[in-house]
Amino acid sequence: MTLWMTILIASAVVLGTKLLGYLVPASVAAHPRIQRISDVLTVALLASLVVTQTVATGSVIVVDARVAALVFGAALLRIRAPFIVVVLAAAAVAAALRAMGWAA
Amino acid sequence: MTSSAVRASVSMSLGVAAAVSLYGISFGALAVASGLDFWQTQVLSLFMFSGGSQFAVIGLAATGAPGLSIITAAGLLGVRNGLYAVRMSSVVGPGLWKRLIAGHWTIDESTSVAIAQTEPRAQRIGFWLTGAAIFVGWNAMTAAGAILGNALGDPRTWGLDAAAAAAFLGLLWPRIQSRQPAAVAAVAAVITVLTVPTAPAGLPVLIAAASGIIMALLAERRHP
Repeated sequence: MTLWMTILIASAVVLGTKLLGYLVPASVAAHPRIQRISDVLTVALLASLVVTQTVATGSVIVVDARVAALVFGAALLRIRAPFIVVVLAAAAVAAALRAMGWAA
Repeated sequence: MTSSAVRASVSMSLGVAAAVSLYGISFGALAVASGLDFWQTQVLSLFMFSGGSQFAVIGLAATGAPGLSIITAAGLLGVRNGLYAVRMSSVVGPGLWKRLIAGHWTIDESTSVAIAQTEPRAQRIGFWLTGAAIFVGWNAMTAAGAILGNALGDPRTWGLDAAAAAAFLGLLWPRIQSRQPAAVAAVAAVITVLTVPTAPAGLPVLIAAASGIIMALLAERRHP
């Protein structure tokens, strides 16, 4: 599958899900079990994506500047720093560690 | 119905939209760093228009995951939007075109701002203003980020790979403030570390998602 096809199909699926929500009877989708599964699904996916972005390089686990950057980002989130600050600070930490040759 | 409730809704909408739009710059820059071209990046912001799913696409594309895994992960992350839509259905009201556009703009932020308002008119304003302002801002900043990203060269030099990790953590953070979701996140993280070296690219994220559903069902059996 080409990258373009992947992007178009994935976009159609995500957009379609939103539109579907306006068609489904509220009694079905508002069921507590559906809500809980959706919450848990989102948390599990995001946690998994944090890990792959932080320590995976292809299919190898690599500990490098990204880990330090993520720890710094977590500390900023703890003190309620805004989203954009956290993202930029993490980039700055990784870039600085690499520029000084302290981490790969 | 007071004008102060409306003013509060407008100010919350614009504040949220400004913050989220800025963050669109990092999406644009990271997308081109992941190997997407300018238009592929822009199409995601225009049509998919859901931050978590968009970051999943570029994050998994960068690891060489197959298309089907990318589509599945993005689709699963988008499930919550469908539930927001059910919630927003009465706020939006009838009318085909209105509901189509509302559907497109049903995201974490527009729903949260609407729910935070107590009066129906303030809810409507919160939903539409947040959705519209983020749609415009997010797309403009995505384009700016994609152009900037192309000019930057090797993304690692600028720590853009770490920025992507922090972006996911930022999306996750508000959702793990109580014990049960935090435990789900921890288990999903461990499963991912264990499966990355053994499972094909793209699969670890889906295995983690499946484990999350199993945990939810088990927890439900214990506390019905």
